[in-house]
Amino acid sequence: MARKKIREYDAKRILKLHMKRLAGLDLPIQVVQFTAATSPSDLLNENPWLGSTRLVVKPDMLFGQRGKNDLVGLNLDFFQAIEFATQRLNRTITVNGCTGPITTFLIEPFVPHKEEFYLSITSTRDGWEVAFSEAGGVHIEENWDKLRTVVLDTIDGPLNSELVAPLIAGLPLELKPSLERFILAAFAVFDDLDCTLLEMNPWTLDAAGQPFPLDMRVELDDTAKYRDTAKWNVGGVELEFPLPYGRMLTPAEETISALDEATGASLKFTVLNPTGRVWLMVAGGGASVIYTDTIADLGFAQELGNYGEYSGAPNTSETYQYARTVLECATAHADGRGRALLIGGGIANFTDVAATFTGIIQALKEKKGALQAAKVRIFVRRGGPNYQKGLTLMRSLGDELGVPISVYGPESSMTGICAEAIEYLKDQDGVAAPLVTASA
Amino acid sequence: MVLGQLFSPQTQAIFFNWKEKPVQRMLDFDYVCGRETPSVAAVVQPGSSGGFQKLFFGKAEIAIPVYGSTSEATRKHPKADVFINYSSFRSAYESSLEALKAATIRVVAIIAEGVPEKDTKHLIAFARANNKVIIGPATVGGVQAGAFKIGDTAGTLDNIIACKLHRPGSVGFVSKSGGMSNEMYNVLARATDGLYEGIAIGGDTFPCSTLSDHCLRYEHVAAIKMIVVLGELGGRDEYGLVEAMKAGAITKPVVAWVSGTCAKLFKSEVQFGHAGARSGGDLDSAQAKNAALRDAGALVPDSFEGLEELISSTYQRLVQSGQLVPAKDVAPPPIPQDLAAAVAAGKVRVPTHIVSTICDDRGEEPTYYGVSMSELIEGDYGIGDVISLLWFKRKLPKYASKFIEMCVMMCADHGPCVSGAHNAIVTSRAGKDLVSCLVSGLLTIGPRFGGAIDDAARLFKAGCDAHQSPQDFVEGLKKKGIRVSGIGHRIKSKDNRDKRVELLQNYARKFFPSTRYLDYAVSVETYTLQKAPNLVLNVDGCIGALFLDLLAASGCFTEVEAAQIVEIGYLNALFVVARSIGLVGHALDQKRLQQPLYRHPWEDVLYTS
Repeated sequence: MARKKIREYDAKRILKLHMKRLAGLDLPIQVVQFTAATSPSDLLNENPWLGSTRLVVKPDMLFGQRGKNDLVGLNLDFFQAIEFATQRLNRTITVNGCTGPITTFLIEPFVPHKEEFYLSITSTRDGWEVAFSEAGGVHIEENWDKLRTVVLDTIDGPLNSELVAPLIAGLPLELKPSLERFILAAFAVFDDLDCTLLEMNPWTLDAAGQPFPLDMRVELDDTAKYRDTAKWNVGGVELEFPLPYGRMLTPAEETISALDEATGASLKFTVLNPTGRVWLMVAGGGASVIYTDTIADLGFAQELGNYGEYSGAPNTSETYQYARTVLECATAHADGRGRALLIGGGIANFTDVAATFTGIIQALKEKKGALQAAKVRIFVRRGGPNYQKGLTLMRSLGDELGVPISVYGPESSMTGICAEAIEYLKDQDGVAAPLVTASA
Repeated sequence: MVLGQLFSPQTQAIFFNWKEKPVQRMLDFDYVCGRETPSVAAVVQPGSSGGFQKLFFGKAEIAIPVYGSTSEATRKHPKADVFINYSSFRSAYESSLEALKAATIRVVAIIAEGVPEKDTKHLIAFARANNKVIIGPATVGGVQAGAFKIGDTAGTLDNIIACKLHRPGSVGFVSKSGGMSNEMYNVLARATDGLYEGIAIGGDTFPCSTLSDHCLRYEHVAAIKMIVVLGELGGRDEYGLVEAMKAGAITKPVVAWVSGTCAKLFKSEVQFGHAGARSGGDLDSAQAKNAALRDAGALVPDSFEGLEELISSTYQRLVQSGQLVPAKDVAPPPIPQDLAAAVAAGKVRVPTHIVSTICDDRGEEPTYYGVSMSELIEGDYGIGDVISLLWFKRKLPKYASKFIEMCVMMCADHGPCVSGAHNAIVTSRAGKDLVSCLVSGLLTIGPRFGGAIDDAARLFKAGCDAHQSPQDFVEGLKKKGIRVSGIGHRIKSKDNRDKRVELLQNYARKFFPSTRYLDYAVSVETYTLQKAPNLVLNVDGCIGALFLDLLAASGCFTEVEAAQIVEIGYLNALFVVARSIGLVGHALDQKRLQQPLYRHPWEDVLYTS
């Protein structure tokens, strides 16, 4: 299970398409995307409604508080909307500590409204939580007491009229049927498309009394991709799972992400500090987190180059490609100060240690020159099937590479190599400092 | 959820979706534990028609029954109450639900990673309503020391013994991570008297059974004296344990650590290795969960590095206060090493039973005597070159491989009346399969039909090499009562030459560096034609003589090699390959024409006594 956020643009198109299919409800949703690659004239030709409707334009990049950052244009005509977006395109802003350029907007009809409702459906361990409020919008938190929630057990699902009744109990009688129908339809879409979160804050009823989501967030369970692809891909275009705001993949991260997609094994790699001096190549989802913790606990968080892990028995060739990419990053910014590469891991249950090490060793041999140039020292700790052979291969590699390699098996503690690696870096700094003084 | 013990040394499982290694590892574990019965009662291989799988139980080989469906397996093995599901994430839901619905199954372990959240939730709800336990998904499983082990848990036998998992200790352990479970079994073997039971609940957002579910069980297992928990950032699972401890539902000492304190290093959300390990809200953080556990009375170190020490001191305290009597070490029975593992480890050597020198299919693409498929297809190679590579283990000059192809083309068929074709036709009409038709035709090839090439070559080689005159050659054989192979034809004669012989001769005289043996064969023919007009050089004789020329004059073969080729019978092989083409054609022809069973007419038989 991995929950992935999707763009509001996609969320609205998916909602429109599937509410119609599942509940016969045809929402007046119209929405287009605007990026640096968009031609305004083509956009208008393909979507004539843009020319005859007052519009809203706002960034569509998985972050909120857009109004506060002067990023929402309301009640504009098409050309004003394009101008608004163009002026803000590539503007760099910081939201919740994450900084990045604005690259993607959505444009949709401006719907004048009185009511601002709130609706959220959340997947929980035991079922769903459906929350509704007639006081939605930016003031939702001030009106938290007006939020009504139904907790629905998996066994009692799906949602029905009886369960919806308490949510909308306080509303005018004439509105109830349309609200109820909409909430039930939203739930049907949620369940059918493997959503894990659906939030509309606010939504309203347009002039014709039709429900209309003004702002909307959706998260999907990407493990259901194998069965939902056709439903998720509106108009045959593959649904995008954008990275969190402010997060951009480096080429190395992209390489490994593609490798991960293509294999049954798990290969993860995130650069934390490109000039960092501690690099991790750790086997196992659980162990990798603990190695990262330990480096941070030892006070070297700022020197940590990456988070990463390989697991699920990747074959030799996959491990080789993974290791090669990690080594390229680890040796890219040689500064004469010494670096530590930790090839760590717990005691594998079924991953063949010798096989994965063979791939890593192939990459180490290939990068021999770069490893020497960056004064890399390697620290290995691993156990599991065939570990003796894997460790022997590593031990004999040191001389061949001309790079010192310390090798430990299951008799040693898993994270012991972290302290040893940090000692090496400290020693290096101790040696490097007088040299600098001497040459100065 | 069930309280207390899930497994015992008598527990048996049904293993879904056959995988040899995890099943064998379970049985090896059983044996070193001293179990009397194997822990795998049956294997379900969806779609199979049954049968057995052969496995080792200690030194002996046993057969474990295989069934095509879970319902059949549960019906035949009502005592097997654990279902170990190795299906893919696509089918994990249906197969697990079917097992949960079987009255005899109490525990299901789901190994697959990537089961959709919605599916898992339905399994959780079903298990809760029916009082069953699910371990997983996305897990390696779990182990009760000395009793029962799920699949690949705890890895190799060496590791199992090093971690003392072949006999029960006193510690209950639970974690999300399968890899870290195994690491911790090792830590527990160092710091305590070892594991009693360990469960990896899996790395998903919603594991079907939770950390607290298993801790609550451990509270009710008398042999467990202390509980060790390894949590992880993401999700709220650890708070279930916090609540249970606060409510007094867990009274045994709990040593806990939640990993992922590093998440604060990451600016934006990060998906760690486990799907459930996602940095996000404050309550999901490792720091918050460690603090809550500490607050609830758990023993929580300052870092993972402090965990072993804290486990050790907690254990020592229990021993000193007399609450825990350390389990005795038990020597496990020796288990023979698997041959494959011993070979891989370089401990034994095994002679091979077969030698092969002509090809290799182990690399990225198959090779014929070192020539890759790509080169064969993209280069200028033909079937003659393939025969050269696989039969003669060398690449021959183009004129030679072309000659081989000509022989194949000429010998491919010789009408429906010859014995091979006749047999193939009769067999085909008897409704037999293609291979039977082909083989019945091939079986007629021998001294009287199609098998004369080798003999002709042997005779011409002997005569020519000894510089015998044609007269001496022919008369010498006649005296010994030997027919001159390669000479004579039923229909063809001096004035009605065999066109095939003519074509071969023309080709050879044009392209072969030397036609010494052919010339010799023709001089023999000149002599025999004086005796009778049908004693012409026939196609077998011509091919035999020309092959001798090819072997002698191409520069590709030593004399010894040439002699060996003639001796072994390479040349008849050429006829076999060629004629197979025709025989297949005849067999297919009869089938296409839907010809009825052939019965030879009485009129055509002379009945006599």
